Amino acid sequence: MQANVIQPVRRRRLSSKVLEERRLPVLLLLPAAALMAFVVVFPMLYSLYLSFTNFTLVSQSSIRFVGLHNYQTLFRDPVFLAALWRTVLYITITVNLELVLGLLIANAMSHVMRGQGILRTILMMPMMFAPILVGFQFKWIFNDQVGLLNNLLFEVFRRPVIIPWLIHKPLGFITIVVAEIWMSTPFMVIIFLAGILSISPDIMDASEVDGATEWQKFFHVTLPSLSPFMYIALAVRSLDVAKAYDLVSIMTGGGPAHRTELIWTYVHRLAFTSQNFALGASMSYITVLIAVAFTLYLFQQLIKARKVRGL
Amino acid sequence: MSMRHRRHAGAKVATGLVLTLFFLPVLWLILTSFRPNIEINTRPPVWLSRNLNFDSYLALLGFGVNPERFAFGENVPFGAYLRNSLVTALFATAFALVLGTLAAYAFSSFKFRGRNGLFLTLMLLRAIPGIALSLPLFFLFTRLGLTDTLLGLILAYTALNVPFTAWLMAGFIGEIPESLNDAALIDGCSKWTAFLRVELPLVGPGLAASGIFAFLTSWNEFAVASVISRTTAAKTFPVGLFDFTGEFVSDWRGMCAMSVLMLIPAVIFVLIVQRQLLRGLTLGAVKG
Repeated sequence: MQANVIQPVRRRRLSSKVLEERRLPVLLLLPAAALMAFVVVFPMLYSLYLSFTNFTLVSQSSIRFVGLHNYQTLFRDPVFLAALWRTVLYITITVNLELVLGLLIANAMSHVMRGQGILRTILMMPMMFAPILVGFQFKWIFNDQVGLLNNLLFEVFRRPVIIPWLIHKPLGFITIVVAEIWMSTPFMVIIFLAGILSISPDIMDASEVDGATEWQKFFHVTLPSLSPFMYIALAVRSLDVAKAYDLVSIMTGGGPAHRTELIWTYVHRLAFTSQNFALGASMSYITVLIAVAFTLYLFQQLIKARKVRGL
Repeated sequence: MSMRHRRHAGAKVATGLVLTLFFLPVLWLILTSFRPNIEINTRPPVWLSRNLNFDSYLALLGFGVNPERFAFGENVPFGAYLRNSLVTALFATAFALVLGTLAAYAFSSFKFRGRNGLFLTLMLLRAIPGIALSLPLFFLFTRLGLTDTLLGLILAYTALNVPFTAWLMAGFIGEIPESLNDAALIDGCSKWTAFLRVELPLVGPGLAASGIFAFLTSWNEFAVASVISRTTAAKTFPVGLFDFTGEFVSDWRGMCAMSVLMLIPAVIFVLIVQRQLLRGLTLGAVKG
């Protein structure tokens, strides 16, 4: 008897819960989705359309659909192909060096017991620098006439040393690598340090009792425990891989003679300097493809790493 | 034991060396902002200046300075840049926190079709380079009269920050024990009221961490701002730094002074929420 009275009520409450369960997530996601659609998705679709036209500053009145012509032009352009290759090289070199340096520095820092908080704060300074400011800063450090580096060399050799860091062929590339590493390594260190500190001291003690050397401990205990932290650091890093544009555009502008041209500086050259909007749009789609591929790969690895740890 | 001590001494020396290397450019920036331009541009280099002064700061902040000693500083609209940077960064951060947290709640507490796909799409939208977005955004904003306005920048920066905020906040919300939430539901709360009354008050640290990230991203953004802003109506600090570069001569110290002033809010915010920042980023990795 009692059950009969209660049941209809319970069913009604359940169905309103189910309704909430279905409707609420849509309502929650709607504002974010609407904004992203307006500010990112719609402009990028317009950009995709532009990349199939001949839209330039001069051709504004007679926009024609030209199919894949812009992309064909790009893939026949030796400057673009060199920039593409250089960008892949740049991402590979900087990200790997940042990862290795980050691991080494975090490992060393984890042994410093006193004042770790202050050290960490000092290390976080580059994270607060605007990338554009990093660019200006390193442009002056590497300045051939009055730069910090050449000034130091002057003191060492007691005569003017004028090394054209930013202009010389391999050196120019090295300087933008150095600046990127200065800007992004601290972030890796901070994450890895948190990871190392989260490793249970029991495991470390046990390996010590077993007579493991410092290197063995690093490779067999620290490194495996850090893998999810590495993927988090890389995934966050992948979202901002194009931040290097700010820095390179200031330091070398991709020049001289395209020696340090990356795909991002080339977008700027085509779209804004030459005002060939259509070609600029197709070029920017290539930067999007690279960023998406890079991010997709790292997020997949992140999910895998989490699954391994049962998260 | 002595072996171990020696090894750790090595680690300490290495740490000291590396940190010095990383800190040197920061120190150099601060030092340069106090040095006369004539010393900066001379050879042999002057390492220990006897002429350190506040001229560049005074000029930026609008106090008169002997014109012979200064280059561009007095003509730089520091006040306008400060206003534009603060307004865009603060509003974009606030909006991103609201939109991002709502989305994070959907991702962390509901199972719906396409959840993972949607989340990944959001992340991929974040990965689109600013330089690629700036061209079509410029055309769109020109149509709508949003170029060179603070509203335009706020919209762009909110969109830039929503995905990462959603990611961080989803981690924080997911960390709240489900039993707390269930208790509220049994007490007759709807899921939404349970979120407002139980979960939201517990993710304060997460909001702080996401907030600082959103603030730093907006405060330091250049690729979009350089295209969308033209005048003092919307130009922010990163774009304003170019005022110090001329075709033939650059006012390096003035630029350093503005950079130092620009760094101060960032440093303060980061110091305050340092711990939450770290926790937010490593959530999910620590929890085993």
